[in-house]
Amino acid sequence: MIASLLAQAWTAPTIDWHAIAPELVLVAGINLVLLIDLWLDESKKWAMATLTGFVMLGAVIPVVTLAVLGGDVRDAIFDGRYVVDEYALILKALFLLVGYVVVLLSQNELEEGGYYQGEFYVLLLVSVLGMVMMASSRDLLSVFVALELLSIPAYMMAAWRKRDVKSNEAGVKYYLLGVFASGVLLYGMSFLYGTTGSTKLTEIGAALSGDLTGMQVLAVVFVVAGFAFKISAVPFHTWAPDTYEGAPTPVTAFLSVASKSAGFVALLTVLYLGLYGADEVYGPFIWVMAALTMTVGNMVALRQTNIVRMLAYSSVSQGGFILMPLAVMGSGVAESSLKAVVIYLLIYAFSNLGAFAVIIAVARKTRSGEISSFGGLISYAPGLGVLMTIFMASLAGIPPLGIWIAKLQAFKALIDAGSTSAYVLALIAAVNTVIAAGYYMRVLRQIWMSPVPDGDTSPITPPAPIWLALGITAGGTVVLGILPGLVLRFADLPDLTGALGL
Amino acid sequence: MQTITNDNWLLTVGTFLPLVGVLLMMFIPASEEKTHKQIGILTSAVTAAVGVYTLLRFDFGQSENLQFFVDSEWITVIKSNYTIGLDGISLPLYFLSMVVTLLVMIYTWDNMPDAGNPKSFIILMLVLQVGMAGSFIAQDLILFFVFFEVVLLPMYFMIGVWGGDDRQYASLKFFLYTMFGSALMLVAFLALFFQTGAESFSFAHLMEAGALIDRDVQIWIFAGMFVGFAVKVPMFPFHTWLPDAHTQAPTQGSVILAAILLKLGTYGFVRIAIPMLPQGAKAWAPVIGILAVIGIIYGALGCLAQTDMKRLIAFSSVAHMGFVMLGISTLTDFGINAALFGMVAHGLITGMLFFVAGSVKHRYHTLEISRLSGMLIQMPRLGWILGFASMASLGLPGLAGFWGEFPAILSAYNPNFGLSEVLFRTLMVIAAIGTVFAAAYLLWLYQRTAFGRPNPEFDQHAHPVGAGVDDEHHEADIHDVTKIEWIAWTPFLIAIVVFGVYPQLMFGVMDPAVSLLIERVGAGIP
Repeated sequence: MIASLLAQAWTAPTIDWHAIAPELVLVAGINLVLLIDLWLDESKKWAMATLTGFVMLGAVIPVVTLAVLGGDVRDAIFDGRYVVDEYALILKALFLLVGYVVVLLSQNELEEGGYYQGEFYVLLLVSVLGMVMMASSRDLLSVFVALELLSIPAYMMAAWRKRDVKSNEAGVKYYLLGVFASGVLLYGMSFLYGTTGSTKLTEIGAALSGDLTGMQVLAVVFVVAGFAFKISAVPFHTWAPDTYEGAPTPVTAFLSVASKSAGFVALLTVLYLGLYGADEVYGPFIWVMAALTMTVGNMVALRQTNIVRMLAYSSVSQGGFILMPLAVMGSGVAESSLKAVVIYLLIYAFSNLGAFAVIIAVARKTRSGEISSFGGLISYAPGLGVLMTIFMASLAGIPPLGIWIAKLQAFKALIDAGSTSAYVLALIAAVNTVIAAGYYMRVLRQIWMSPVPDGDTSPITPPAPIWLALGITAGGTVVLGILPGLVLRFADLPDLTGALGL
Repeated sequence: MQTITNDNWLLTVGTFLPLVGVLLMMFIPASEEKTHKQIGILTSAVTAAVGVYTLLRFDFGQSENLQFFVDSEWITVIKSNYTIGLDGISLPLYFLSMVVTLLVMIYTWDNMPDAGNPKSFIILMLVLQVGMAGSFIAQDLILFFVFFEVVLLPMYFMIGVWGGDDRQYASLKFFLYTMFGSALMLVAFLALFFQTGAESFSFAHLMEAGALIDRDVQIWIFAGMFVGFAVKVPMFPFHTWLPDAHTQAPTQGSVILAAILLKLGTYGFVRIAIPMLPQGAKAWAPVIGILAVIGIIYGALGCLAQTDMKRLIAFSSVAHMGFVMLGISTLTDFGINAALFGMVAHGLITGMLFFVAGSVKHRYHTLEISRLSGMLIQMPRLGWILGFASMASLGLPGLAGFWGEFPAILSAYNPNFGLSEVLFRTLMVIAAIGTVFAAAYLLWLYQRTAFGRPNPEFDQHAHPVGAGVDDEHHEADIHDVTKIEWIAWTPFLIAIVVFGVYPQLMFGVMDPAVSLLIERVGAGIP
């Protein structure tokens, strides 16, 4: 039996090792971290963070060489179901960089809290691996596998403060709703497969033209709703604030930036490649979701007194802005919508991570998550105060800081579409920009204008890794705001459309 | 329109030079307050010197053309370039912003607001200067938008940190109003971009292509820009942030706000909204005219009801900006010239009034009009300066204020492009009545504060300093104009007289550019 199998002529598929090198580096790194952790003395566990950081940066190297040497698209691997193009590369770089910053942020928190460091970093690496895979996935199955690979470690990371009830609540909520969303998603995917006969996105796209059957409509709705949980779009957002508040802050930063971006990437790829024929179904659906997401997120954020909860709702609302261009993707502006989303994800990552970095640094002293604990920050920690000002102003969309260009791109895609509904959405977004400014400014008001709450004006000295994280994020926020051409170039669409295989 | 590219490094240097000072100050600890003040004065002085050199190099023979023109790549992907240039319309405002920043910086030497921390205060002022100067030189919509927004945060902090008792409310109100305006403005900008074929954000292109857009579409786009600029001006009914912001802001903030920031709105109308959307402008002109006149009357009535000197001056700004907007709404060469002149004149005069108000507050610790009196006896020089500025503000011929108001009213007699004469002549009459009100509230203010006997409450001889009196008001140090104040104020006073006596100095620079502008607008209206 075995002999006969062996006797058959079996040629190994040609594998472009260079193309999947980032994933391989991560896989090797995961095993390395796991093994070293077993033998490492408890007093030397701090080395795990450094090692993990190196793994992340090591995985960036092949991304860079691919970008420099690559030239043409590598879609020969796995029958075009796993593609390495510029779109994938820039997002992989983003996820790895975010992973690196999260390592920097977690380092001291984990060391001082006496948490399980080795295991944490392994899970973080696995999650990042899932994201890196997501950027290349062009097939329902690989999208789903990547999604689970990035989510399951995140469920555990959310509950990392094992003896804290809130952290447990965070983990359980995230887990239950996440699993439910996966179920919905998978159900939708099965309909798609059943009615089109393929799991490859481009083939689904080709089959989904013309009139849709009822089952296909359902499939599209289920798939979009499934992703909506991941990106915490209203009304599928209810897990986000509790999870964000309960999870350790570095994990919250990771969830609100990386995990969310990965959800958007998945949604984007699936819509753009697979469901473009169904724009009459998903267009209005996403339109309503975007409008609701930004409005509800903002309204609730206005009332928060806890800064992490506020940022959680603000990230819900930012998600609405990111969704916005997708609502009009079908009106002939697919390219600028896609570009707008990618740019938004890139820049948003810097500003939001930066804000969390400041929160972590300040909370090390104040041991509080209340917005009022930021009172008078500028007087005793001017550096952190100015940095937080930069991040908040960027999130509010004030030029020349980062997110303004992302907002501009999102508005641009909408107005390019030119339909009445697009204009209405643009107006809703414009009003929401102002509401959002209201609560971002409230933080700044505390920092600049309020007295120090308990009169304790001893300076804050954040550890070196947090300074490094602050430097990276602030640098990114400012530089990308003034010279957005640096990243806009990567999302230049002529390359991208070709790359995605249309 | 031709462009002249000689000396084209000048504008970039002039605009971004303050950032060098900012960078320098970042590395000096906040405790070295004097050093920070010195760097602030030095930086703004060098910037103003670059401004003077720009004036000297400016070719006044061709002030209708963009000079010192630069057009280099910036964000190529969205077709936005770093395009800058200066013509007769922007030159006076560009230069004014530099001078005002310098004088305010000098004033700060002795008059740091109570909250202290000159380091942050001066850094914010320098950043503010970059945004203001940049807005006047930008020749690309996105670039303009960025500069326009850069001024937001520094002003927010200036009001919120160094302002009066109600500063937090006032600063947030200022911020949210402006933010709302600019969000709609941005949507309008993008709509304009796509309606003109999504080719470029440069002013020159949009002025050509914008005129070809359908009338209905133009009206909608103009509406978006209208809200953005009208909030900034501010026009009735978007003016309510102004009295709060002005009253609560520190003196320096009020002066900059009055002298330059409000002008960004009117400048936006003249430079962007009207020439790019001629038919939209024509359709909206009556609305602008009516709101402008409502602003004149409402502002004046508001002034009459105020009990606080600073708030009164703030309301007078609403009225004065009404005259400016009335001039703009006529779409005539005459009216827009008057409006531009009025912008500079209002900047000088109201800036001066706010300086005086700041000094009064500094001495008496109150701006309650009913408690102030006899300033001419206690501080004759300050009293006379207040009188001079009030006269200029009410439009006395021979001082700069006259040339902003009078021609603006006159231009409404004969509006351009077939706008309703009946309507505009009615507006003209009401606006003329507004000037009477202006005389009333300013003279009344002057009478109540400067004439009469000094309030015994502030009589130093009756209550010797520190004689066991714990009320801070009684320890007020009432003294006349100080040396620093003279240095900071004299240029304003001289400019008010010079432009009042010889307005051609400014009209001569602006008129060629304005004529060209009106010609373009005319070409765009069928």
